[in-house]
Amino acid sequence: MLHQLVIKDLTVAYRRVPAVHHLNLVLSCGHRVGLLGPNGAGKTSLFKALVGLVPLATGSVNFGGHGKTPAAAEIAYLPQRSAVDWDFPVTVRGLVEMGRYQRLSWWRPFAQEDARAVEDALSTIGLNDLADRQISALSGGQQQRAFIARSLAQNAHVFLLDEPFAGLDRPAQDLLGDTIRRLAEKGNLVIAAHHDLKTVPELFDQVIFLNRKLIGFGDTTETFTEENIAGTFDTPVLSGATDSLGR
Amino acid sequence: MNWLLEPFRHEFMQRALFGCALIGFTNGALSAFIVLRRLALMADAMAHSLLPGVAVALLLFGLAPSGLFFGALVAALLVALGVQIISGSSRIKEDTSLGLLFACSFSLGLVLLSFSPAQVNVTHYLFGNILGLADSDLWIIYLISLMVLPLLALFQRPLVLIMFEPSIAAIQGIWVKLLTYLLMGLLVLSMIASLQAVGVILALGMLIAPAATIYLCSDSFPAMFWGGGLIGMFGSCAGLFVSYWLNLPSGACIVLTLGLIFFVAYLFSPKYGALPKLLRRRQHFHGTSGPH
Repeated sequence: MLHQLVIKDLTVAYRRVPAVHHLNLVLSCGHRVGLLGPNGAGKTSLFKALVGLVPLATGSVNFGGHGKTPAAAEIAYLPQRSAVDWDFPVTVRGLVEMGRYQRLSWWRPFAQEDARAVEDALSTIGLNDLADRQISALSGGQQQRAFIARSLAQNAHVFLLDEPFAGLDRPAQDLLGDTIRRLAEKGNLVIAAHHDLKTVPELFDQVIFLNRKLIGFGDTTETFTEENIAGTFDTPVLSGATDSLGR
Repeated sequence: MNWLLEPFRHEFMQRALFGCALIGFTNGALSAFIVLRRLALMADAMAHSLLPGVAVALLLFGLAPSGLFFGALVAALLVALGVQIISGSSRIKEDTSLGLLFACSFSLGLVLLSFSPAQVNVTHYLFGNILGLADSDLWIIYLISLMVLPLLALFQRPLVLIMFEPSIAAIQGIWVKLLTYLLMGLLVLSMIASLQAVGVILALGMLIAPAATIYLCSDSFPAMFWGGGLIGMFGSCAGLFVSYWLNLPSGACIVLTLGLIFFVAYLFSPKYGALPKLLRRRQHFHGTSGPH
């Protein structure tokens, strides 16, 4: 069955000031979607609305047609790296184990099945060797992948990544890009807020242009155009970003 | 060995040791949450705000421990509530209203205590008197520990999630507000337990030093929780012995012992200690700048 994330007429508002207007989108699993827009375009608000962290002023969010509100475990939100307390006394494995907490509720002991899920997630993401490191002892890219591993242990299907590539050097970016590609190939839906337009064509096969309202959505080859970029970012910044598409 | 066993001949020392072990463990385990949630200042304010409750209870019921217990509880809850009301209904922020209310309630406590008909030694409540623990005090300490420790252990997972990532905890359907209130409630309870032992001013030491010590040595939350309990327990008992042998105030000795353990960890902890860090940096420096 083809899973779809269906967003209908979604409006998010803070103190009655709308951050995202009447958004309609149908996203299918198996894609890597870049969420593009300037600061304050409502990218984080959209993510928070999708996981139920902020109330919806209008509209609905459905995943896979399962229910009215998305099941929390199926949609994983990975906050920006700056929002995490990296000195918290937890190792990479401990972090991934947190992905099982919801399933276990607060009292059930860790079972073999849970331990296996944790090991699977760690090896999928390639962090086995670093599993016993404290999370601040990882590089930026490894930290992002550790949080992805936690979402895997949680059995998430939809991954919402908030600026995952921010501050990463080139090799780390490539590695994280590979990870996202593999997640999508396995049938997951990955949506990443992103600001570096140059890397969009290599990282994402679909793009959403958002600036409080939907400017454009579709396959990168067709939608990632100068016109949409200009329409989203007001000024034609970084002209030439679409050159790598070969047009 | 005689010098070690000698203190146990006295019944008051046996009681004090039992009380120390329980209070030390309970506060030490709780300190993991205080340190990680950055509640140190909040805890300090709460501890000071117990005093007017104690004073009112003294005026109304005399020295009955159950009265003191409820007085302290009500005072702490009123101050916590007052902080919420003031910061919620005006432009005053939480830390400001907290500081204001705790200074006022502490002063109110001092004023009320001066009206007390019974000859009350104020220093008893400010700095504790663990050598004077009565049976009823021990019972209160025992019951509070019996309540606080299992609840903390039981709710460890959701509490850890709340401390690490409150928003993710909320997404997962954890009752963030309710559990935060529970944590505050348990904090007040264990502070009341330590009121007799180290007093309102020194209670903070027992609520911070143990977990702060482990925080410098380990990257595991369970280690901070249980290890904090153990350090709190052994540190408090050791402090009690020191105060007996040197004939010094017991509450101060307990807190100083815990502080000493912390400073040893601060200097020498292999993982996050100051000296090993310095050595590593130096080795790194020599290793990379030497001739190749």
